[in-house]
Amino acid sequence: MTRPLIGAALLATTALTATSALAQDVTLTIESWRNDDLTLWQDKIIPAFEASHPGIKINFTPSAPAEYNAVLNSKLDAGSAGDLITCRPFDASLALYDGGKLADLTDLEAMANFSDVAKSAWQTDDGSATFCVPMASVIHGFIYNKEAFEELGIEPPTTVDEFFAVLDTIKEDGTYIPMAMGTNDQWEAATMGYQNIGPNYWKGEVGRLALIKGEQKLTDEGWVEPYRQLAKWKDYLGDGFEAQTYPDSQNLFTLGRAAIYPAGSWEISGFNTQADFEMGAFPPPVVNADDTCYISDHTDIAIGLNAASPNADAARTFLNWVGSEEFASLYANALPGFFSLSSYDVAMEDPLAQEFVSWRGKCESTIRSTYQILSRGTPNLENETWNASAQVIKGAESPEDAAKRLQDGLASWYEPQQ
Amino acid sequence: MTDSGRSSRVRWHILVFLAPAVIVYTAVMIFPLFNTLRLALYTEAEQQRVFVGLQNFRTLFGDQIWSEQFWNALGNNFWFFFIHMLVQNPIGVLLAAILSHPRLRFAHLYRSAIFIPTILSFVIVGFAWKLILSPIWGIAPSLLDAVGLKSLYAPWLGKEEYALTTLALVSVWQFVGIPMMLIYAALLSIPEEILEAGECDGITGMAAFWKIKLPLILPSIGIISILTFVGNFNAFDLIYAAQGALAGPDFSTDILGTFLYRTFFGFQLQLGDPHMGSAIATAMFGIILVGVCIYLFGIQTRLRRYQF
Repeated sequence: MTRPLIGAALLATTALTATSALAQDVTLTIESWRNDDLTLWQDKIIPAFEASHPGIKINFTPSAPAEYNAVLNSKLDAGSAGDLITCRPFDASLALYDGGKLADLTDLEAMANFSDVAKSAWQTDDGSATFCVPMASVIHGFIYNKEAFEELGIEPPTTVDEFFAVLDTIKEDGTYIPMAMGTNDQWEAATMGYQNIGPNYWKGEVGRLALIKGEQKLTDEGWVEPYRQLAKWKDYLGDGFEAQTYPDSQNLFTLGRAAIYPAGSWEISGFNTQADFEMGAFPPPVVNADDTCYISDHTDIAIGLNAASPNADAARTFLNWVGSEEFASLYANALPGFFSLSSYDVAMEDPLAQEFVSWRGKCESTIRSTYQILSRGTPNLENETWNASAQVIKGAESPEDAAKRLQDGLASWYEPQQ
Repeated sequence: MTDSGRSSRVRWHILVFLAPAVIVYTAVMIFPLFNTLRLALYTEAEQQRVFVGLQNFRTLFGDQIWSEQFWNALGNNFWFFFIHMLVQNPIGVLLAAILSHPRLRFAHLYRSAIFIPTILSFVIVGFAWKLILSPIWGIAPSLLDAVGLKSLYAPWLGKEEYALTTLALVSVWQFVGIPMMLIYAALLSIPEEILEAGECDGITGMAAFWKIKLPLILPSIGIISILTFVGNFNAFDLIYAAQGALAGPDFSTDILGTFLYRTFFGFQLQLGDPHMGSAIATAMFGIILVGVCIYLFGIQTRLRRYQF
């Protein structure tokens, strides 16, 4: 009886509202970097949970995204961190688990609702322990201006040949910039370019895991071909794309000056408010019409349990609820573009989000190839990929040279590739 | 009560007056500096900090991947400094010479206008220039177009061969007010009698500037050079604001500051490595120290000073 009391008393220092709680009430505090989502949690998610789970109160306390890792680490060391910890994907969270800060959640019932790919971002390297419940992922693809397509009488492409035919048509017409992307910020070239179209060539998970095991190299055909494709994009980007930044690209598209935008689904809510034309989306084009398609369905956010939490039982109840269909539906609809990672068929209202998520049914999902394990050393493969993708699109480096440079860098510290 | 303080011969007031400055300076400058130098001799293994001597420096200068980045950053830094010395300081001297002309009207207005960018935040300067030079929304392409020179326009910040020079010139634009002010003050302190004496000997106009004023302001130019040197080798903000921590395109704008930042704090998936970062910081400290020493012992001691 005393332990929950102490716990409630301790937490009352951060949550003034908890003072009115009943003695047996448990208050759980959530650490998060999603301060953008504060109202969403307070107005929708927390009331929904508290209505069905009397006796547990939730307190959502986000910090600024850029400071989150540092703030969280010091709170965990000082023992003042909340019960529930929002997990960054891969190494940042793995380090917390290895340091004994996050509890092992492998046996949590809700884990059965998630596929292996969904859980891979919050597992130990051998996959034996899972320590966070996956919340949402982002999907890559291309968003296009439907009105522009109708005007020019073109259909969204499915194959690579059709893709370039469409780009040629838009370019010949001259009203629109065929594709809105710049290389100034570098990450777009890698994230919305290489990681977007790449899975079709390295066959999604097959290639990604083979690369981690050392069975494939970045100089193999499947990893170089996406660069050859990117090299062809150059002719379809706007004037001076070398100095075009990420916000420039977004604005070019939402102002209706560009027809196609290589995208991540997180753009959806922003584009919905900015653009006054109808938008559609198509998945990364495949080489032959009947090839299996692969999409990057990248695991982005999850939630785990502070190993030192005095309210572990209540926290597990909450985590099970996070893994439920109710949460999946609430979250996915409130934040279109952040898709539930659970195996449930979540109904979404936003047509663009529906389009993106429908690809999960017909394509194989994978995550960004550089995120798991491969970006642990120096040189950092993810950062190198940004640089290489930008260089290839600008034509400053040949696809083969770029691939060789990445492979040499990776092999310099990653044993399975040596 | 009052007598007990007087009887002890210790002059407490000296300590009391020195204490704030010494404590603050030690806490925010001396201690961090030496701690950084110390940190460079350690590394982290198995979540423990272990002493490795000069291993980090061996990696920095010996390992191909590290040393390439280091020399690239250092070379870029020298180019950055070179542009400042070549453009900023001569323009600063020129502006000061014009401003100190007694018959110039609105001198105060020009002086303020030229000095104002100096007090702007790097972030504002970086962002404003990024917009001005932007190929999409910028006024640079349309301005050039208006005078029929559109063919001269290039997306400068996105081109490897121009990006660093462009940023150096932006920095010159921002800081040209500082040499201008210092030289202006030095020029004003030259007594009229000397110039009049020169006039009697037939030295007027441009000759007066070259033969009388310039030698007299040489010590100020020396100080400005060393300030520019230290400022440039510690630079970071403008590059970071305009090009991000990866200092694109293809690291062509990477200077020691951005290299240090990336290594020390990490970037995106790259986790921070405070020990390698400290090694870079130590190398920067060494470079600046050598530069300042060359100035102090090689140049400043040979400068002639004139007392009026």
